[in-house]
Amino acid sequence: MMRLPKFRFEMPGTLAEAAAIVAENPDRTRLVAGGTDLWPNLKRRHQEAGCVVSLAKVAGIAGIAGDGATGVTIGAMTTLAEICENDMLARDYPGFVRAVRSISAPVLRNMGTIGGNLCLDTRCTYYNQNEEWRRSIGYCMKAEGTVCWVAPGSSRCWATSATDSAPVLCAIGATIKLVSTEGERVIDLAALYQDDGIDYLTKRRDEILTELRLPAVGGAKSSYWKLRRRGSIDFPVLGVGAMLELDDQGVCTRAAVWLGAVRSAPVACADAAAHLVGKKIDENVVAEAAKLARKPAAPLDNTDFVVAWRKTMVERYVDGVLRELAGLPEKVKNPRHGIACV
Amino acid sequence: MTERRPTELEGQSPGGKRKGLKLIGTPHRRVDGMAKVTGQTVFADDFVAPRMVHMKLVRSTVPHARILRIDTSLAERMPGVLGVLTGESMPNTFGILPVSQDEHVLCRDLVRFVGDPVVAIAATTEEVAAEAALAVVVDYEPLPTISSVAEAIATPEPQMHDYADQGNIHKVVSMRFGDVDAGFAEADLILEDDCFFEGNTHLAMEQHATVAIPEPDGKITVYSSTQTPHYLHKAMTKVLEKPASHIRIIAAPNGGGFGGKSDPFNHEICAAKMALQLGRPVKVCLTREEVFYCHRGRHPVQMHLRTGFTRDGRMTAQHLKTALDGGAYGSYGVASTYYTGALQTVTYKLPRYQFDSIRAFTNKPPCGPKRGHGTPQPRFGFEVHLDKAAEKLGICPGELRLKNVVEPNTVTANYLKVGSIGLRKCIEAVMEGSNFKERHRKLPFGRGLGLACSSYLTGAGLPIYWNHMPHSGVQLKFDRSGGIAAFCGETEIGQGSDTVLAACIAEVLGVDLMDIRLCVADTDLTPVDLGSYSSRVTIMMGNAAIQAAERARELIAKAVAEKLELPVSRLVFADRRVFDAEDPEKGLDWPDAVIAAESKFGTLGTTGSYSPPRSPGKFRGAGVGPSPCYSYSACVLEVEVDPETGLYTVDHVWMAHDVGQSINAASVMGQIEGSIYMGLGEATMEESAFRRLPARLSNALVHKFPSLLEYKSPTFLDMPKMTTYVIEDPDPNGPFGAKEVGQGPLLPMMPALANAIYDAVGVRVDQVPIGPHMILKGLDDKAKGKPGRYGPGPFPAFDFGEPLDVPTLDEGGDGKATNNAARGLREDRGTMKIIKS
Repeated sequence: MMRLPKFRFEMPGTLAEAAAIVAENPDRTRLVAGGTDLWPNLKRRHQEAGCVVSLAKVAGIAGIAGDGATGVTIGAMTTLAEICENDMLARDYPGFVRAVRSISAPVLRNMGTIGGNLCLDTRCTYYNQNEEWRRSIGYCMKAEGTVCWVAPGSSRCWATSATDSAPVLCAIGATIKLVSTEGERVIDLAALYQDDGIDYLTKRRDEILTELRLPAVGGAKSSYWKLRRRGSIDFPVLGVGAMLELDDQGVCTRAAVWLGAVRSAPVACADAAAHLVGKKIDENVVAEAAKLARKPAAPLDNTDFVVAWRKTMVERYVDGVLRELAGLPEKVKNPRHGIACV
Repeated sequence: MTERRPTELEGQSPGGKRKGLKLIGTPHRRVDGMAKVTGQTVFADDFVAPRMVHMKLVRSTVPHARILRIDTSLAERMPGVLGVLTGESMPNTFGILPVSQDEHVLCRDLVRFVGDPVVAIAATTEEVAAEAALAVVVDYEPLPTISSVAEAIATPEPQMHDYADQGNIHKVVSMRFGDVDAGFAEADLILEDDCFFEGNTHLAMEQHATVAIPEPDGKITVYSSTQTPHYLHKAMTKVLEKPASHIRIIAAPNGGGFGGKSDPFNHEICAAKMALQLGRPVKVCLTREEVFYCHRGRHPVQMHLRTGFTRDGRMTAQHLKTALDGGAYGSYGVASTYYTGALQTVTYKLPRYQFDSIRAFTNKPPCGPKRGHGTPQPRFGFEVHLDKAAEKLGICPGELRLKNVVEPNTVTANYLKVGSIGLRKCIEAVMEGSNFKERHRKLPFGRGLGLACSSYLTGAGLPIYWNHMPHSGVQLKFDRSGGIAAFCGETEIGQGSDTVLAACIAEVLGVDLMDIRLCVADTDLTPVDLGSYSSRVTIMMGNAAIQAAERARELIAKAVAEKLELPVSRLVFADRRVFDAEDPEKGLDWPDAVIAAESKFGTLGTTGSYSPPRSPGKFRGAGVGPSPCYSYSACVLEVEVDPETGLYTVDHVWMAHDVGQSINAASVMGQIEGSIYMGLGEATMEESAFRRLPARLSNALVHKFPSLLEYKSPTFLDMPKMTTYVIEDPDPNGPFGAKEVGQGPLLPMMPALANAIYDAVGVRVDQVPIGPHMILKGLDDKAKGKPGRYGPGPFPAFDFGEPLDVPTLDEGGDGKATNNAARGLREDRGTMKIIKS
């Protein structure tokens, strides 16, 4: 079997200690929460670490508090399984819980954490391979090489954002807390990401994501649709997270549509959202918004399924998710995939 | 979720099913079941020996190249590294077939695909061995690469192997059974189709592992996850240049095989060589990536079918062309090539038949036998083809098939002898179960039913190397305690063969499964069984076991009869006793019966063996296809397609399988369900896809994703509801009438899905796996007034030359070809050229 390389391993008990260790050498240090992303990456040698700091024993960064009326805080070390099983979240933030339930499979959700999912490394079939395979293609830009094989003429890496939870969290306006030896700051979750396969997070290497904050629900409804091959295990090939707030007349007062897995970061469909706001939502408005949502998506041939079809699916899935939120008749079938265990 | 509907025995094969079976046919606990479910089974990777070291293979990172230089100096200097081997140490070639001895344990001059092993490193720990392997430097001079059949045809030079039939075409086959032209002339409808079946792999849960243990006297024992210890024994003898009697192969229980552990592999032989060199036990356990490189999986096959039909739905002739993408080595490829044509004739009456095929060498991991070996691809083509014919002829697809079912006890156009055939019952069962007649072509848009059938052989009629010895042998040794030790070379790969062996003995002797101690798959201790491939174990080992047990019963009966002063004919063996049929109180307990026999005859032991009947074909190529009997399956599959996306869900599968006679009813069910699962994967998502980087930037040609995450295979959640029907139509050649069940029920899944999708949305997808984009493209095309078909282009242009002509029995043929000379063949029976290595 593949084995881990050698590295220094630390398991601090407090956030201050953890931050101090990371600050020693941020570029050579990696944080590990559930390990479901980092361990395989280290075994395949496409990520490396001089030191790995486990957050498992750090006090005070796990747990769920609050509710939809006031807003909710979720510690970064809260496991995905705990989120799946939380009745309050299922009631007040069903789109978020659906997204979390669609992550991988039960055993991995028992280990994986919400903080880990938000910081998940970007993925690419030219990159998530073992050392020998990558050697056989002369490596790629994201690790040890110079070319992005998905787009060989490109000067940037096009590895794909693979987090299921981020699109819907961005859509509902979640924020996060980052902590380092220099202090702490709270930023919009959307601001955590940038569209570059290598530097996909704006967070500094010495910062630790400690908390996720969900705003009060108000009149907003949210949902998440996930496209993938199988009923379980798979990363998203497309994720659509959407939030819609309608007044009594069915006129849209707030809207957000975010796509996952079609760029190196979750991407906002601003034109689609703008098209919805101020209109009475009917099938035509939804269809037009869905069409507008195609533009920001840039699926490439570095994950499952055929590219051209995936681009078409963006429109169909946005149409589907908006119809669901607006209570319109179903056109595209709500995929069994991704909500298998709901 | 699963219903089992007992069906009546057809009883059309007298002598197959015996009356009064006790254990046979019941569901009973597997003899290896408790160990497996409690995690106590010792797989090859679980073996640990004192002073054991770990080995890793350094594999080629280039697809095709000359090796210029190998530098292991850095690796050798690493602390803990104990041994290094290169190809120089093992000059002899090996391979599973005598005609394709084309592999070196470690490549010497050429590497032919990414993953070809070049260097072996042994070290005190697996970590050190892995690090050292990464430190080996190999310089290559790149050679042109081939990634498809079409490229192989267009690139005859440089040759990947000099023994190929021509250029980089490994094998060319062309044979014609009967006056095919006359057959087409009789047809009212001639249908032509181009289909494609993508390659896929076995995906056994256990990764291959081997432990080689040198012995103080210079011999060596090798534990390995292999389906074919006997053939591994032969290959190892050849490469290690040691007497066969100094090499002992023990097949560890396999954590799944499916054909993926049927070849002798580099790592197995290399571990033995390393162990002999170091004088220490050596373990090698492959990573999942390496298993993808060992491969030997399903060949990608392009097909062209041309079939003549009469207006009332009879077939008059068929011409099938297949092109196999073989990968970098021969493996079972010559047999696979023939198998893509051989079994087209055993399901439906096909009076005249022509078969042309090529297998190409490409710079990819070698293809070989996967569950169904070579037959699922043409079966897919044929069954989709029939669905189209049924529509054109205005006949229900079920009726069309029923009309054409082969009669029992007939010889086909290509000289295969069909004995029992329960296909009719299979078709009727699934049609009734799914309410096919009422629902097919009548369901709402988006929902559809598809029907398909298949057949598979119950054991290959010929061994892999030419010989006249039995294909399976069983030896029994009786202890005074009543315990029976059964020795047989058969190999448990998860299919339940250990239990079948014990059950056959227990049935004949009336003892409990727990009375039997199995000693299996050990080349030093057990009689040869050729291995777990071609669905041959139950029939061949089973018949050998019955013979050995019956011989023992005869001895014991004589002794007991003498003791009880009864005629032998009145004795019954049951419930661990031997007793008087007319006065059951009168008898001996089983141990006393054994003691009586040992007292009379001395130490008790018997043997049994089995060789399949000879087949009527006497032309070159006639060796592939014959079998003692054929199993049959029929399937109806229900699908729901979302026309907006092309995404679909397989909701329900009805599968009927003619197993002849169940040995263990629970295992039969398990094999059918497992086949549905594996077939679902092949139909819906599994593909061994490869990737070439832009030629101006790179020479790379790699497996797209040798990983369990990205090579998609269904999960529990993707499984449909299953209704299975076990059809028992006993065959006189089977043990207690049993036929195979391990492979056949996989075959109809893929065409049944394609046919169901057509029924649902009117789109023909002539290839598998079927992706949602194919359906959506078909729907878009239809909306634009174009044909709603997604499939491959035309069959690659290739000149097959004049076919080998074999007149059919109906035409007065005798099984021989009439134009051997025109094909450059000898007139005698020889079927294969022997290549000197």
